[in-house]
Amino acid sequence: MNGSRSRFVTTMMIAGFLFLYLPIVLMIVFSFNESRLVTVWGGFSTKWYGELFRNQQILGAAWLSFKIAAMNATGATVLGTLAGLALTRFGRFRGRPLLTGLATAPLVMPEVITGLSLLLLFVAMEQAIGWPAGRGITTITIAHMTFSMAYVTVVVQSRLATLDESLEEAAMDLGARPAKVFFLITLPIILPAILAGWLLAFTLSWDDLVITSFVTGPGSSTLPVVIFSKVRLGVSPDINALATILVLFVAIFTTIFGLYMIRQQKRRDLDVQRAVAANE
Amino acid sequence: MSKPFLLGELMAWIRARGYSGRTLVTAVPYLWLLLFFLAPFLIVLKISVSEMQLAMPPYQPLVTWISDGVVALRISFENYAFLLKDSLYWKSYLNSITTAAISTVACLLIGYPMAYGIARSAPAWRNLLLLLVMLPFWTSFLLRVYAWIGILKNNGVINNLLMALGIIDEPIVMLQTNFAMYIGIVYSYLPFMVLPLYTAVEKLDNSLLEAAADLGCRPVKAFFLITVPLTKAGIIAGCMLVFIPAVGEFVIPALLGGPDALMIGRVLWEEFFNNRDWPVASAVAIAMLLLLVVPIMIYQRSQGQQLGGHP
Repeated sequence: MNGSRSRFVTTMMIAGFLFLYLPIVLMIVFSFNESRLVTVWGGFSTKWYGELFRNQQILGAAWLSFKIAAMNATGATVLGTLAGLALTRFGRFRGRPLLTGLATAPLVMPEVITGLSLLLLFVAMEQAIGWPAGRGITTITIAHMTFSMAYVTVVVQSRLATLDESLEEAAMDLGARPAKVFFLITLPIILPAILAGWLLAFTLSWDDLVITSFVTGPGSSTLPVVIFSKVRLGVSPDINALATILVLFVAIFTTIFGLYMIRQQKRRDLDVQRAVAANE
Repeated sequence: MSKPFLLGELMAWIRARGYSGRTLVTAVPYLWLLLFFLAPFLIVLKISVSEMQLAMPPYQPLVTWISDGVVALRISFENYAFLLKDSLYWKSYLNSITTAAISTVACLLIGYPMAYGIARSAPAWRNLLLLLVMLPFWTSFLLRVYAWIGILKNNGVINNLLMALGIIDEPIVMLQTNFAMYIGIVYSYLPFMVLPLYTAVEKLDNSLLEAAADLGCRPVKAFFLITVPLTKAGIIAGCMLVFIPAVGEFVIPALLGGPDALMIGRVLWEEFFNNRDWPVASAVAIAMLLLLVVPIMIYQRSQGQQLGGHP
């Protein structure tokens, strides 16, 4: 849909974006504040960044969060892609409605419920079979994979639903086995969606506080758990510095990924044009 | 290129044992979800009807073996009776629903014009604006909530600005109020509202609006008669994506809301972490789930319509 915007819509849109971005901008500005009083300007300084990089607790938590997020994203991407494939390509099969429900429910399930139920499962499993022994990285990763695979499923599923199946059918007609069709044809085409799913799963895990708080054990505090306990005691300038670094990372990463997606799109458009031109 | 063929061999091996590759592809995520998503709810249900004990784990087993072949089954609905008796739980349920509902409406009112505006922007701008909606979603949720503490507190940005301008003499208390909690929820969940709305508005056929205008329909009337009904799927999806998680929200009421901001997610959290009462926390979770079954089913139906896949 394309057309003119009324002045009302434009104003509301700009106001909406200001609402989304002003707090982030203010947080960045005050990370360079000399004063300890976070919101009173006391001159430009980068000392909070220095303080942040000397804080072993935050650095250790960030490294732990990074490891968990990377493991989670990889596992969730495999599971989510399989689920997406099953839901779009296998037609009707027994148990499909249940799988659909199970695959989308974690998207909206309140985190306190998911967190509590997974913890109770882990405790019951430990009692029954002795695994997982205690709680820590393993339980956090399993819990994160369970809710973030749902996001990967949706991303992959929506890509597969818009994908023309005739390519896959043609390969199948020419005698390629399903696994070969998947790896040589489907996978390369849906790769951007899989990458997007991986990044999404990584971010969700990196960011999660509530579910982690339930399933974590002593000695495995992730970055959000550390930030939350600090924030509860009040605002502190080194958290502003940390937030600024994270926002910067995300902005750079999103820009690169966005440019990559736009290039992919352009290349596809060009291919389509060529194909049309060749047929004429 | 060795991997595909290696996998091909694996598939052949599986097929030789009477299973198809399809079964395997379906079974892996299926079993995962059954074990780590469905089974936990059954355990929550079980613990919600057991009694608390001072041990680890802090609940009594439902089934105990007394002597050879004699089994004692103890089911206690005391935890649920407790939820019904104590007005704290009732109040926090009602409060969670109204808070989530008001936040959802606020998100819709702010998000609809944004989605509409983005969909009607020049194509070159559209992707950039969409990216800008999603960008906050990719940055830490916790830190975005935290940003509002600095803005709303007594010597925060707003109060400092208003006092410097001479509009107020003493700071307005905004942090740890319901107002701050609403701001936090709307701010955090706005992207979830805008994205499905955008998808719906973008699909809208502009010629319908032109036809209405040609026939003398005013824009406002055309909006409510044409645009709103045709973007219903987006409205439902967006509202559910905000409402359901907002009901169980814990972080925002804990950081921005006051001590009397009773949200059911917060009650569950405190029951579990502060009182260490796992059976009552489980009963709260089951009650919250019953409350959310209908909205979750509405959401799944609207999702099913969007991602039809195979018939």
